[in-house]
Amino acid sequence: MQGVSRRALPGFGLGLGYTIFYLSILVLLPLAACAWKAASLGPREFLAAVWSERAQAAYTLTFSVAAMAAVANVFLGLIVAWSLVRYSFPGKRLVDALVDVPLALPTAVAGLVYATLYMNNGWLGQFLVPLGIAAAYTKLGIVLVLIFTGFPFVVRTVQPVLADLDAEVEEAASVLGASRWQTFRRVLLPTLIPPAITGFALAFARGLGEYGSVIFISSNMPFQTEIAPVLIVSRLEEFAYAEAAAIAVALLAISFAVLALINVLERWSQRHG
Amino acid sequence: MGDKPAIPRSPHRTADPWFVRYALVGMTLAIVGVLIGVPLAAVFSYAFANGLGAYWGNLVNNADTRHAIFLTMVVAPVAVALNVVFGIAAAWVIARFRFPGRSILTTLIDLPFSVSPVVAGLLFVLIFGMNAPLGEWLREHGYRVIFAPPGIVLATAFVTFPFVARELIPMMEAVGPEEELAARSLGASGWQLFWRITLPNIKWGLLYGVILCNARAMGEFGAVYVVSGRIGGQTDTIPIQVQKLFDTPGPNGLPAAFALASVLTLLALVTLIAKVLIEPKLRGVDADAAVMPIREEATG
Repeated sequence: MQGVSRRALPGFGLGLGYTIFYLSILVLLPLAACAWKAASLGPREFLAAVWSERAQAAYTLTFSVAAMAAVANVFLGLIVAWSLVRYSFPGKRLVDALVDVPLALPTAVAGLVYATLYMNNGWLGQFLVPLGIAAAYTKLGIVLVLIFTGFPFVVRTVQPVLADLDAEVEEAASVLGASRWQTFRRVLLPTLIPPAITGFALAFARGLGEYGSVIFISSNMPFQTEIAPVLIVSRLEEFAYAEAAAIAVALLAISFAVLALINVLERWSQRHG
Repeated sequence: MGDKPAIPRSPHRTADPWFVRYALVGMTLAIVGVLIGVPLAAVFSYAFANGLGAYWGNLVNNADTRHAIFLTMVVAPVAVALNVVFGIAAAWVIARFRFPGRSILTTLIDLPFSVSPVVAGLLFVLIFGMNAPLGEWLREHGYRVIFAPPGIVLATAFVTFPFVARELIPMMEAVGPEEELAARSLGASGWQLFWRITLPNIKWGLLYGVILCNARAMGEFGAVYVVSGRIGGQTDTIPIQVQKLFDTPGPNGLPAAFALASVLTLLALVTLIAKVLIEPKLRGVDADAAVMPIREEATG
């Protein structure tokens, strides 16, 4: 879309002024306050807050559970997207609509119901716990709720790409003698990888910051099941504001790196898609 | 997105074998069933486990729960209203004009999606809380922000401000400025232009953005958890009260938590139904705006 001359339409000054004012109050000022607070620690104290053993354990856990959930979501999402685009089956429209539930359902509800379902006497826990699969209050439970919160991303990035694929390419492959599996691996999969990676990154980014659902199902024990946002909250509750700000700065830096990566991936997949 | 017209293709060459088809559909049903279907059913089943009377009692007999419902019904509309004004202003500027810093502005609008809600809440504690110069100054003049409703509104507005703007930008770009330019050349004032041309053109996108924004605002947990101080009967919103009830020892906590959670679940289901109803109306307009949909879907 072309831009319009600032004289042709009104409201540029008012609109831009208000936008900048609103973003300043809501985003820029608070970010500056956080940086200021974190900087009030000396370099050594900052490092001590950001890189304590407890913080390291929290980052490691946050990273690993978010990555595990995002990887699981790539596989689950590819299966679901493929079935929704390629096959017709009873209840397909309902399944398609249900995929969006994690985007609309408050995370606290997800955490509450997952924790209850997988407890010893829960609907699923009563079968799984005797088999040695304990999800409530464990790392497995955190991965499970993160799979839930990140589930729509891969499905929704892969689905449109799969729907827009040219049938002729597949037909050409099969006419030239490729088996169905070869066609999938050599022709279809390369097209699906870029959107799947975008979906992975979105699910991963979401998992890194997730809090509401996790605190229900995790025991939130330091060094064991304490994710980074929980650590920030417990620093706050100790009134250690500067330390909390320092960990927040570290987390923000990671989030921005992931955001930048997503943008690069999107540009890359638009070129190769 | 799944109901595009099927691509016509010769069934024999490119169809998957029947066992692959059955296996994948079966896995899809199992995945969506276990991840989403069972939890949804469980919310209502646990909520109504002791009958309708107990369910209703859980919602209305607890003063803290009543206040949490009240507070959420006040905070969410205020945050949504703030974000509607912002969304319209930002979309107008970004979709209609080219100016230096435009792409930075677009990136800033996506920011809350990549900031942990807890960090978002912390940002406001650091600026308006104890030991913060601005917070202290406001407190001396009788305004409490943190551990009070204004802070909850701010934190909620931060977490949800992208939703309206992100819906409106691609929509305004797809509609194009021609009608507005024509109205302008015929002498329409700025406000006439907005009420008569722009608003009718974007009304479905706006409604969609408001619905998504509201669902997120009512359900926000992490950011509110940090700024509200969780004072029972004063600063607890519905999601925080759900968590408190869940942590309540004894047999009454869990059913009460589920009763309150079922209200939020109902809200989520209404949101999704509205989404299904509104989406066809959106597609008519922005069928050509093919740049945004991937992210829009993913983040919406």
